[in-house]
Amino acid sequence: MSRDSTAKVLTVAFLVCVVCSIIVSAAAVGLQKRQQQNQEEEKKRNILQIAHLYDPAQPVEQQFRRLTTVTVDLASGTVLNKAAGKPKNLAIPAVADLAGIKQRAETVEVYLQQEAGRLKQVILPVYGKGLWSTMYGFIALGSDCSSVSGFGFYQHGETPGLGGEIENPAWLKTWQGKTVYAQNGSVALTVVKPGTANSNYTIDGLSGATLTSRGVSNLIHYWLGENGYKPFLDGLRKKPLAIRRAQP
Amino acid sequence: MSTYKETLLSPIFNRNPITLEVLGICSALAITSKLETVTVMALSVTLVTAFSSFSISLLRNRIPGSIRIIVQLTIIATLVILVDQLLKAYAFSVSKQLSVFVGLIITNCIVLGRAEAFAMKNPPMLSFIDGIGNGVGYSLVLFAVGFVRELFGSGKLFGVTLLKTTNEGGWYVPNGLLLLPPSAFFLIAFIIWGIRTWKVEQVEKEG
Repeated sequence: MSRDSTAKVLTVAFLVCVVCSIIVSAAAVGLQKRQQQNQEEEKKRNILQIAHLYDPAQPVEQQFRRLTTVTVDLASGTVLNKAAGKPKNLAIPAVADLAGIKQRAETVEVYLQQEAGRLKQVILPVYGKGLWSTMYGFIALGSDCSSVSGFGFYQHGETPGLGGEIENPAWLKTWQGKTVYAQNGSVALTVVKPGTANSNYTIDGLSGATLTSRGVSNLIHYWLGENGYKPFLDGLRKKPLAIRRAQP
Repeated sequence: MSTYKETLLSPIFNRNPITLEVLGICSALAITSKLETVTVMALSVTLVTAFSSFSISLLRNRIPGSIRIIVQLTIIATLVILVDQLLKAYAFSVSKQLSVFVGLIITNCIVLGRAEAFAMKNPPMLSFIDGIGNGVGYSLVLFAVGFVRELFGSGKLFGVTLLKTTNEGGWYVPNGLLLLPPSAFFLIAFIIWGIRTWKVEQVEKEG
């Protein structure tokens, strides 16, 4: 049988594929646990950084103990006693879907920084569509559950140098101290055209990244609005201690 | 023995894949702003080139000519995925910085170039050595570029501050261009200029 016969071509192709796929799957399965640990740690590090609690000299796990993780049922705003397996996904009706995410989980894990029984910060995961990609981040609110104490994204696929500037520390700093809710309780915090931010409720957009900036604005409006964390935050503001009792 | 030595050493200056063949430029631009990423990338490319040349050379008498490129690519892709998975498990922060460029080792012309030009015609051990040699040649250029870019772009080497920048209250005003990928073009051009002045036979004939 010659080296170039059809049978030989098929045999070599098949064998190479089988051997290679065994190697790849073995590596993927064998290393999965470690990789997940790394991702988990990375997420925790991001949360700590956004809440300005991160100290690179200490292990992430240990620092993360300063935060209390609670599972929140978004629709009612109540805290569940413990996470009941994998949460169900709910479809978001198109009119309410400001963040462009189509569906979200019924319950979400949020993180509280409490000191001496008093709430210092609450850190909420947020995500939504930018120009190209879904942007994943966290927003940290102060003890009044309205002023921004930290904000940042840990995963996105926006254009480097334009939309990718949502990672720029200088821009993220402009979020600090801004107020999310207006007097009447609606979400007022908005990203506006670059150079036109003139109040505590407006943030300069990124120049050259209008659609990404709009996406950031929309995801804030969605997640901090009635369909997002607002019921939970309203409850937290009235009765901060209710959270503590829910802890094991 | 001299062929082994020759195969190992000639890709370093005489037939350097970056400066003579101008291959693998894409990753040389993208990841050379810090020496830490350079180290990991250099190591990954060297290992992938060596092992892919080795395994392709083992199979060289069995691979049918009509599908040889796709077979080579399958083997290279497998090794690259392996490296990517290992980095994600054991060097997570570096693998995040390298992001897609680890996966893009598959398209690094040096790997496929050595497989097609060398491993298909030579025995496994010699191909392995050739892979190491080319990897080292690539790495040297990367280190040279990374050294200049990190030192003058951010005043550091391997993340250790040597020249304190004005941002951190020091005296050194960093050269921002060096942090951007195009600066690697200039640096690689200077290296090519230097090597071709030293070894005139590398200059391409006109016409």
